[in-house]
Parts: sequence; structure tokens; C-alpha cells
Amino acid sequence: MTRGFVGRRESAGTQANRIPPGQHLVKDFPVLSAGPTPRTDLAKWTFRIEGLVKEPVSWGWSEFQKLPAQDFVKDISCVTKWTKLDTRWRGVSVDILLEQVELDRRAAFVTAFSDGGYTTNIPLPELVNGQAFVAYGYDGKPLAPEHGGPARLVVPHLYFWKSAKWIRGLRLMDKDVPGFWESLGYNNHGDPWKEERYTGD
Amino acid sequence: MKRTLEWQIATVTAIKPETAEVRTLTLALPDWNAHRPGQHYDIRLTAGDGYAAQRSYSIASEPERTGEIDITVERIPDGEVSPYLLDTVVVGDRFEVRGPIGGYFVWDESVDGPILLVAGGSGVVPLMAMLRHRAAARVSAPARLLYSARTYEQIIYGPELDMLASQDGVKVSYALTRAQPPGWKGYARRIDDAMLADVSKALGPQVVAYVCGPTALVEVAADGLERIGLPAERIRTERFGPSGT
Repeated sequence: MTRGFVGRRESAGTQANRIPPGQHLVKDFPVLSAGPTPRTDLAKWTFRIEGLVKEPVSWGWSEFQKLPAQDFVKDISCVTKWTKLDTRWRGVSVDILLEQVELDRRAAFVTAFSDGGYTTNIPLPELVNGQAFVAYGYDGKPLAPEHGGPARLVVPHLYFWKSAKWIRGLRLMDKDVPGFWESLGYNNHGDPWKEERYTGD
Repeated sequence: MKRTLEWQIATVTAIKPETAEVRTLTLALPDWNAHRPGQHYDIRLTAGDGYAAQRSYSIASEPERTGEIDITVERIPDGEVSPYLLDTVVVGDRFEVRGPIGGYFVWDESVDGPILLVAGGSGVVPLMAMLRHRAAARVSAPARLLYSARTYEQIIYGPELDMLASQDGVKVSYALTRAQPPGWKGYARRIDDAMLADVSKALGPQVVAYVCGPTALVEVAADGLERIGLPAERIRTERFGPSGT
């Protein structure tokens, strides 16, 4: 116990059971990224599924917009301790994307890769069955560049660094290869409810 | 860094006011590990009923100071943790910390080339750890700090920055955006491309830039550095917003 510390629980109120341990609620949408914000020309943007698939597939921006899209309302948690409830997204489920390829039976892990060289690794079973989507809309508007626009991965059940901004594709792999933050002291898995923040947590 | 970061109990051994709304706490750590300048610690405060709050604070001190770290805390209006660290904590208080954490927004002598540091407000804290380490380890790489603050009174570490700037290879420039003292010779506007070009031109093309501050400032400075010719991979950023309470 810390002498004299009371805290501000009331900020969470009745939603306290939706806030993972060590997190606090925010109303704004903080921005965190390791370098400058990339600006991608939509005419040159592609989204690619590659690696352990029978035939890689690639969509341009307008083709990607024609894929069946859904609205998602999700709670998100950043390893820097903020949690935001009921964020509203529009995008394409990873299930829909993976229906377009024939997966090699060895495919078990995914590396999401982005403009600017960012990567993050996620086990394949945690991206399917409605658990993840590629978003291009936020709160009724196109996704802003500082929040990962034109498109970002969203994996709401993991810390938000797994939700790669400026995503350009998914690489299917048989091995788990640590991504950018996973190689720099952050946890390989990143479950907020288990507080898997850093290596060894 | 494979070892698990365990929580440990830090003891506050000194408190130094920096500005009206900023102070530095010196924390003695029983399990101190050398950090890389730019890294942070997590702090966990626990109320009587078990409720706990965690926040991250950049390390302000250089790793040459063993056994303890400085953190510099700015008041966030309506914050949960910063008012406690500013108003309630006294010397001798103890709370949990773990670290050091972070592997990208770091600088030490393993990074080649001159460094350009761009700070907004309390974003100067991790950059100060870099400048202090540069001096303590006698690293010869030229360093330039461009520090944006609202007013002269809100400059953190002013006297020490003046002292560092009197040494070889270091220059400090201020941009005061809201008010300037009479006879002010520094910049009197927000950071822009012309200012970035001005402060970086003597550093040459091999410069590595570290930008830390509120999101709006970081966006302007990082975009500006790209526009004046720095490759994105040599611009490292750390952003904080209103939620960094």
C-alpha cells in the first residue's frame, strides 16, 4: 500500500470490469508510434497475403473497398496504460481475407507488416473467428494517418501495439518470429487481462 | 533483455522543484540496473483497498549515477498519479517501480553520428538523460537540443542546460511559443521547417533525431525533419498526450 494514495476509481464507475489490471480509462485517443507518420498514396497502396499460402493474393485500395465490410465496436488497451471503451470501426474481418487464399497446413503464425517497416507477430488462431479485422474507418470517418490510416490491423483482445498501423499485409509462417516491439523488450503475446506487457511477464 | 522485470520498492530520497508544476524525485532502488538514456520505469501506486494505478515515467538521470534514478513529473490537470507525486509525496515515501523499459527511443554511444534532440514541454526529460549521459561518458558526438516551451518560466532544467551548452559540442536553442522575456534572443514561435533546418544544418547528413513531446508537436517536428531531408529511419519519436496522467 502506498502512503496517502487514494486513486480515482470513479473515473471507471460501473465499467470497471471492462478495464484490465493496471489500465486507466481515457476519453481521447492517444497516439503512439516510434517514428514519423507514413503517408501512403492510395493509388500505390496494396494489401497482400503471402507466405505459407498456395497462391499469394494482393488487393489495391479500390478492390479492398469492395470486400464485405462490417462495423465493429470494441474496447482497446494500450501497453502505455490507457484503455478506451466502445471504439467504433469499419473494416474487413481477417476471416474474409483468409477465405481468399488456400492456407498451407503448416501455417501457424502471422507477421503483420506495415509501411515504415513495422512488424508484429500474432498466432494465427488469435486472428480468426471474428477476433481481428483490417480497419479503414473510425468513428464514421476515414481512419486518420496518425491512427494508422489508410488502414490498420485491429486485434482488440491484445495490447494495441499488435494492431499494426499502416498495414500492408499478412505473412503466414510456420514459426513465431518476434516483431518490432516484441524484439525490444515487449511481451511476445500481449494479453492485457494477464498484464503481459514486457518480456517475461 | 530476457530477464523478467520484477516490481521493487523505491524510496524517495530527494525532491527538487523544477518549475511551478514540475518536480524531480530521486528514487533509491534496491535492485538498480543500468538503463539506456531514453528508457522509462513503470510506477504502481496502491490504495488502502487494493486499488492500484500504474503510469510510465521517463528516466531523467544518466546511468553513471548508480543505485538511484531521477524521474521528473509534470502536473496533468485532473490527473490521478501526477498530483500525488507532486503534492503528497515526501522524502522517505516508498512505492513500487519496475524497469528500465524501452528499446527504441534510446541513445548511447552505440548510436553513430551527431544527435538532434527536439523537445516539447516535459518531453525534454528523456532527452535530458541523453545529454547527461553524453557529458558523463565524455561522448564526442555533437548534440543539439531544440526545446519548445510556452514561457521562459516553464523551461525545465534551465540552469543545467545552460551549463551543458557551455561545453564543447552541445548547443541548446529554445522556442518560447506563448510569451518571451524582454530582450529574448531565442525563437518566439512554434517549431517549423525553417527552424528545424536552422538547428540541424551544422550537424550534417548523418544526424539522428529524437523527438519527444505532445502528439501535435511530434507530428510537426517529425514530418518537418522528413521534409528537410532526414530519412524516416533516423527519426525516433516518443509521444504523450493528455492521457499520460
